[in-house]
Amino acid sequence: MKNSFFMKNPSLLVFLGLLALFTLGVTLMSEAYGSGLVSTSFVKTLGKTLCLALVAIAMDLVWGYTGILSLGHFAFFGVGGYMIGMWLMYARTEIIVVNSLASSPIPATASEISDAIGSQIFGVVGSSDFPAIWMFADSLTLQLMMVVLVPGLVALVFGWLAFRSRVTGVYLSILTQAMTLALSLYLFQNDSGLRGNNGLSGLQNLPGADDIPQSVMSIWFLWASALALALTYIATSFVVSGKFGSVIRGIRDDEARVRFLGYSVEGYKLFVFVLTAIMAAIGGALYYPQAGIINPAEIAPIASIYLAVWVAIGGRGRIYGAVIGAVAVSLVSTWFTGGQAPNINLGFYEVKWVDWWQVLLGLSFVLVTLFAPKGIGGLVDIFTGRFSPNRKGAPLGPDAGSLREEEAEK
Amino acid sequence: MSQLLEVSGISVSFDGFKAINNLSFSIGHAEMRAIIGPNGAGKTTFMDIVTGKTKPDEGTVLWGDLSRNLIGMNEAKIARIGIGRKFQRPTVFEDQSVFDNLMIAVSNDRSPVAVLFFRPKAKDIAKVHELADTIGLTDELARKSGELSHGQKQWLEIGMLLAQDPKLLLVDEPAAGMTLGEREHTTDILKEAGKTRAVVVIEHDMEFIRRLECKVTVLHEGSVLAEGSLDHVTKNQGVIDVYLGR
Amino acid sequence: MIRFLTAIFIVLAAFASPVLAQDQTIQEVLQQHREVIEKSSRRTIGPAIDAIAASGLPSAQNVLQKWQSRDMWQRKEDGMFFYAEEVDSKTYTLYDFDSDTAVGDFAKGDLSQLKPNSGIRAVIGAALVQFQLNDPDPARRSEAILAIQRDGEASHLAPLRASIAGETDPDIKALKEVTERLLTISYDTDDAARVAAIQGFNGALSLDVRAVLNPVLTTTIALKDSLPDDANIKRRVIAGSEALPFEDALARMVAAGMMPAQPTISERKDALVANIQDGMVGGVAVADLADQDARDRAYMVLVSEGVVPEWDAGYSIEDAVKSTEFVEVYTEPSKIVTDAAEATLKTIDRAVGLNQTMDLALDGLSLASIYFLAAIGLAITFGVMGVINMAHGEFIMMGAYTGYVVQQIIPDYTVSILVAIPAAFMVTFAAGVAMERLIIRWLYNRPLETLLASFGVAIALQQIAKNIFGTQARPLTSPAWLDGALVFNDVLAISYIRIAIFVLAGIFLGVFLFIMKKTRLGLETRAVTQNPKMAASMGINPDRVNMLTFGLGSGIAGIAGVAIGLYAKVTSEMGADYIVQSFMTVVVGGVGNIWGTLLGALGIGFLQKGIEWLNPSNTLAAQTYMIVFIIIFIQFRPKGIIALKGRAAGD
Repeated sequence: MKNSFFMKNPSLLVFLGLLALFTLGVTLMSEAYGSGLVSTSFVKTLGKTLCLALVAIAMDLVWGYTGILSLGHFAFFGVGGYMIGMWLMYARTEIIVVNSLASSPIPATASEISDAIGSQIFGVVGSSDFPAIWMFADSLTLQLMMVVLVPGLVALVFGWLAFRSRVTGVYLSILTQAMTLALSLYLFQNDSGLRGNNGLSGLQNLPGADDIPQSVMSIWFLWASALALALTYIATSFVVSGKFGSVIRGIRDDEARVRFLGYSVEGYKLFVFVLTAIMAAIGGALYYPQAGIINPAEIAPIASIYLAVWVAIGGRGRIYGAVIGAVAVSLVSTWFTGGQAPNINLGFYEVKWVDWWQVLLGLSFVLVTLFAPKGIGGLVDIFTGRFSPNRKGAPLGPDAGSLREEEAEK
Repeated sequence: MSQLLEVSGISVSFDGFKAINNLSFSIGHAEMRAIIGPNGAGKTTFMDIVTGKTKPDEGTVLWGDLSRNLIGMNEAKIARIGIGRKFQRPTVFEDQSVFDNLMIAVSNDRSPVAVLFFRPKAKDIAKVHELADTIGLTDELARKSGELSHGQKQWLEIGMLLAQDPKLLLVDEPAAGMTLGEREHTTDILKEAGKTRAVVVIEHDMEFIRRLECKVTVLHEGSVLAEGSLDHVTKNQGVIDVYLGR
Repeated sequence: MIRFLTAIFIVLAAFASPVLAQDQTIQEVLQQHREVIEKSSRRTIGPAIDAIAASGLPSAQNVLQKWQSRDMWQRKEDGMFFYAEEVDSKTYTLYDFDSDTAVGDFAKGDLSQLKPNSGIRAVIGAALVQFQLNDPDPARRSEAILAIQRDGEASHLAPLRASIAGETDPDIKALKEVTERLLTISYDTDDAARVAAIQGFNGALSLDVRAVLNPVLTTTIALKDSLPDDANIKRRVIAGSEALPFEDALARMVAAGMMPAQPTISERKDALVANIQDGMVGGVAVADLADQDARDRAYMVLVSEGVVPEWDAGYSIEDAVKSTEFVEVYTEPSKIVTDAAEATLKTIDRAVGLNQTMDLALDGLSLASIYFLAAIGLAITFGVMGVINMAHGEFIMMGAYTGYVVQQIIPDYTVSILVAIPAAFMVTFAAGVAMERLIIRWLYNRPLETLLASFGVAIALQQIAKNIFGTQARPLTSPAWLDGALVFNDVLAISYIRIAIFVLAGIFLGVFLFIMKKTRLGLETRAVTQNPKMAASMGINPDRVNMLTFGLGSGIAGIAGVAIGLYAKVTSEMGADYIVQSFMTVVVGGVGNIWGTLLGALGIGFLQKGIEWLNPSNTLAAQTYMIVFIIIFIQFRPKGIIALKGRAAGD
């Protein structure tokens, strides 16, 4: 059985092999364990990129396979980051506070410690009380559960409302975008209990691991990210390869047909939506400790749209496409915005890529949408000789929004 | 013997236009029925109501020996209790193989978790092959259904319907756009299906209906104009008026 | 009635005294009161000042002013009063008050300066008020009244009342009457007069009235037993409620000597720290003090040793406080006055509430106009054509920047706005047509991809704007005639820009309806939207129609950009702020129907203002809740407020 699963997904073994080689290679070139060819900050960038690839896979599953263009998955990513960030910040502040109180003449009571932590963390928003959402912040186990539960619940409630009323297509996209906007606006408030626009910071310092240099830590996180990505890849392959994959692709192509076959389309959508939200949150929980800081701007709707851009550029409807898109775009973006790209002097104007990269990205995105709807992943088809049938769809009905007709136009 | 489906007194209107007007209709177990009528007579809307896609303004739709009311149930649930529907234009999952298309339709637990861990057993595979044989697509099983001809897609869709093991089959214009030979094959498939379950066929082609050899219901302006054998209804003055114009 | 009598009395007094004193000079008046003036005491000076003020002599005002500013001197040899000017540090020139003529230069040693203290100066000031109130110059009269309104005193009341009867200017007279009532409320000693004055302000919206009434109703919290029997008590207060926290109640009882002082938690901790001996305190090891119970035990031990203040562990204090009666008592002793003030304040609150509701409605309306402006272009491209244009917000931004550039070229703001509107339309129309030709037309019927491609355009446009104009906000200045606001009263006002935006939104609605219903383009657009093949076969060129329609929608976005730029700052990210709201407006209203868009804008505008009113400190929260509300709304009306029905819409 296992064997046939891998046989059905030839890309899986290739991907896992490449990922293992990559992780090993980076480790051997790192400052901590190897030649030092790759700087610690670049190791962090690579680790973060793996997390972005993870969330891109989630996006591909929900959009590329199920046809729900969610503009909210980066919000789940961010919420995951916030959840782990709460523990990181709490636990670290606790250590600092306990150390500073240790010098006082009599030992501090639990409530004194918690008050001191509160005023440390919430001083910036002029408060010192712990809001209810920080209830579990002192326990890593509970907070790790929150990483999964909170985005899962948000996705469950939102998805249940949206799918139940049969909002589909672009309406659903706009609705998810609205959800994302609402979430980020909420977090921007000082009384949201998550430090308003200050966000959570200092997340790169693991509590109790002050002796471990960042160069070593970055490799640990790289490995953790790689492991999470591999597991996500395997899980997603499993989900899309069997009959479930058949059903969700059916939903993508013709929702009504699936419904008349007796499948509860809403249930499937909800399942995928929640599952991918959780995947995204796990990605975020690994990403933000490497980034060191999270604030509400990370959750802004534009981030989720970028996520869709990565998947589209990489090629949706194939898992490796999402990975390729996320990795390629974010690394190229780092290269351009990091000032490494050489400026072009046009004589009358000097093109600085730091300024013009976004323009280039926007335009190349338009070009990919217009001329290469299969994205970079489409190149693989040329090598493997796989071509999708030249489908002739039915005449366009009044429901010009359903996906099947769209594809008929290709 | 009680009826399988009992539709009584349903009406529905869209922005003041009465698409269905006090329509009553019933069909027994293992009965074949053809519905004819001019464009706009309400044939497709009638199917929409039975399958839960459209909610009628009034009337009841009762199902089975327990006389369950179908109004208010969602499409998926109606499909699960045994009503299969084929659309006017062939709708199959073109991106997937014929085998996968049939496998989706084979009746099994439809809940997401069950489907996620579903792996086809020998009897499921045997069922798919048997269906493929019935609809004549055995050689095409591995092909993507998008590559099939128009007629083959229609058969595939009927095959998917049969795979659901429905008690009632609603078939909307199965023969549209088919060659003569394909039509005959389609008739055979439907007649075979009609032996064990109820089948309602909407069709414009009188020759096709004649070959089905079944009772005919004529719809006009949302209500039943005439019912009986094809010969009987074609002699009905009202029907002639409607078809030839007054 | 009493007020009337008082007024008559004052008027009589004002007229009577000059008649009696007609033959006197001011010097004689001063000399009559010489002793009091020389004694210069706040308590006894009253009759002297009154006599001067009541003398009716033209120089009386001058005397008071000089006296107040310490320019009045007394000649030692004969005790006569003069005003003086300094010649040099030793010599002063004296002037006679009655004739205003110089009497001669005198050495400083021969003179003594009158140095009224601040109390006397205040009395003099009050006496001077009547002269200002009766000043022949109306401007100075109203200035004096306004000064009294701002900073009234009890002593102003009599001269103010006296001046009303003689007032000729009706506006100033009205002002005086209002001020008199305000002063009456604060300072009159007769409760009936105060009640009458208070009741005269029923339903008044002026801030001054509330400023006068509120001090009348000031309350303090006190122990009931400490009050006299006739105290004007408002209500009973429960200790531990919001009005009187438990700690406050306790502190008051301690202050009243009803309860021994209790050490606070931090005082107890400090006491423990101070009493550590050999790692032990009160028989408890220091290491074990990480627990409040242990600390309390240790402290009790210290109490029993008598080294720290008494501390009662809590419960009995609470009961004692709870069983003590606290009341809220008015500082104003008269109950009929406070009752009248409460009643009047209630009517005022009602009137203010009504006006605030109207103000809120106006706010909501102008916000709705802005949303409508932002969304109307989208109503064309999305609502009519079904094209999702995520760059719509960037077209708004382009329009706003066009307005900014025009203002850089044309300095006159009125002209530049008039030029900017068509210029913005043309720029964004051209951009829209280009976008439709190059991108959108290849993606008809692939809405999700249109969404993504237009998003690509949006981020490119945003960054280009940032590269050209920088990240800081650029001002788009409105012409001077749009500055300011239309003020109805102290509560209700609306700025002219908002009115202009409202008018503009109305015009756009008219233009849209005209184009769609009355012009060839509108007809062709509707035809192409409903059935492109059929339209094409009737000789309509769908490409051209789509291009023009998309251009039109974009152009309107450009004009909206100019309007929004006047109201908000122009930044490269302003479009992104409006895009989601605009889509929401169209979706909530019902796609494909301009009236739906209007209703959507109104609904969202009013809703947002309504939520902001419930929680005024937090506009972010208002937006959050509004979006959540919209998401829930779409549950119940997935097709919007005005939904297209039928088989076509059902698919």
